[in-house]
Amino acid sequence: MIVLDHIDINQGAFSVRNVCMNIPQNAYAVLMGSTGSGKTTLLEIICGLRQPDCGRVLLNECDVTHATPAARDVGYVPQDGALFKTMTVFEQLAFSLVVRREHHSAIETRVSELAGLLDIEHILDRTPAGLSGGERQRVALGRALSFRPGILLLDEPLTALDDETRSQIMHLLKQVQQHTGVTVLHVTHNRSEAEQLGTMMLCISNGCVQALTQDKKEESYV
Amino acid sequence: MTPTTRTWRPPGKHSDRAFIAVFSIILATYAFLILLLLVADIAYVGWSPQNNSSWPFAEAFLSAFRSPEIRSAMTLTMISCTITAILSVFVAIPAGYLLSRYRFPGNRAVDALLDIPIVLPPLVVGLSLLILFQFLPRGMREAIVYERPAVIIAQFAVSCAFAVRIMRAAFDQTDERCAQVAQTLGCSRRQAFLMVELPEAWPGVLTAVTIAWARALGEFGPLLIFAGATRNKTEVLSTTVFLELSIGDLSAAVTVSLIMVTAAVAVVLTARTWGSRTFNI
Repeated sequence: MIVLDHIDINQGAFSVRNVCMNIPQNAYAVLMGSTGSGKTTLLEIICGLRQPDCGRVLLNECDVTHATPAARDVGYVPQDGALFKTMTVFEQLAFSLVVRREHHSAIETRVSELAGLLDIEHILDRTPAGLSGGERQRVALGRALSFRPGILLLDEPLTALDDETRSQIMHLLKQVQQHTGVTVLHVTHNRSEAEQLGTMMLCISNGCVQALTQDKKEESYV
Repeated sequence: MTPTTRTWRPPGKHSDRAFIAVFSIILATYAFLILLLLVADIAYVGWSPQNNSSWPFAEAFLSAFRSPEIRSAMTLTMISCTITAILSVFVAIPAGYLLSRYRFPGNRAVDALLDIPIVLPPLVVGLSLLILFQFLPRGMREAIVYERPAVIIAQFAVSCAFAVRIMRAAFDQTDERCAQVAQTLGCSRRQAFLMVELPEAWPGVLTAVTIAWARALGEFGPLLIFAGATRNKTEVLSTTVFLELSIGDLSAAVTVSLIMVTAAVAVVLTARTWGSRTFNI
């Protein structure tokens, strides 16, 4: 469950005012908005990389407004994947578990499970330099899911992909959400992506977030 | 009445060739000048009338190595340059990281301040060190000034500034977003730095070490003022060249210069090999 309670943020010319948002448990929410409307800023506020000027962030009914990103139990996939250049795919998937000092066998089991789910067993010993766009997104997704977070934030994960890979990753995202039951907030400005994936639609414009009802959805997509 | 239009023709291939040719000539001229400098030193040692050996280079180098003063200078040079390089990187990593990642009050002033050792005349750096250390208690001052620690301090004062520049560029070229993702995966800032950012900036660290080492090797002005050039005490290879010249032994000066050239080339090649694949200064 993701709740933003009257969030304000002001960054020079850019500002978001009085944002309220409520995404229920296990929902696949899609947040749409034009470039520069503040979508990424909201994701950063939720995962703790940016502090709001005022307001509260509640994740699974806990107030995490002042918690560090590490303490929030949120998986984050940034726009370009931001894979660690010096690590192999195996090390990327194992990273959060190594930080949590999990047992070696538990790490191997989890990496193997994720690699199977995301169909990346064959690239586990490769570094990001040799990966395709689709493979990079799969690895970034696996890395974000590795510690079994309750919430997954996706920042335009399909933007740089070709049509075929995009459709594969969209299918994968649906499958992952059904398999793990994670609450997803997916940021995009692509309408078809939102329609195919989202169980809940949100739109940000002029610094305000509003939920789109089915009628509004149809209206806004005309 | 219609305005007259000038006839425009798309640039031909010869225009592109001329552009590249001019730049190539400038590059080749400068590279040739550097090559000539090295060839002149080698020719002087190889064909010196004083050197009648059938192996003139080996003879010249052996003669240099036989001199206890030059051996002492060489040992001090290697030790002081290595300590300076390690100290420089130890300071440059946090300094470069902060300058690259954070905007704090006085950021630009600090940034400019760190460039001062690079732009100041070397003699002024030495003189400033000498004056600064006059304010220390007498015992401490006498243990440092004109003693071996002064060699390292004088080398560090300049080398560290270069290392900070390199480390800042190295951190500028790493993706801050990766460290942020690492934090969402459970890392503290320190862990994100040690596990993600520092490994990604590692080619820059190696480059900073080698450049700081090479700068320390070539340091002369601050050393002369702050550490002096006492044989078997504070003499390093750069001061050996000066001392050999001052007693009129040009051949020994050139031989020591070639030893320094060899060390510098080895260091530059190492820096290029380690750093060029993922990092550009």
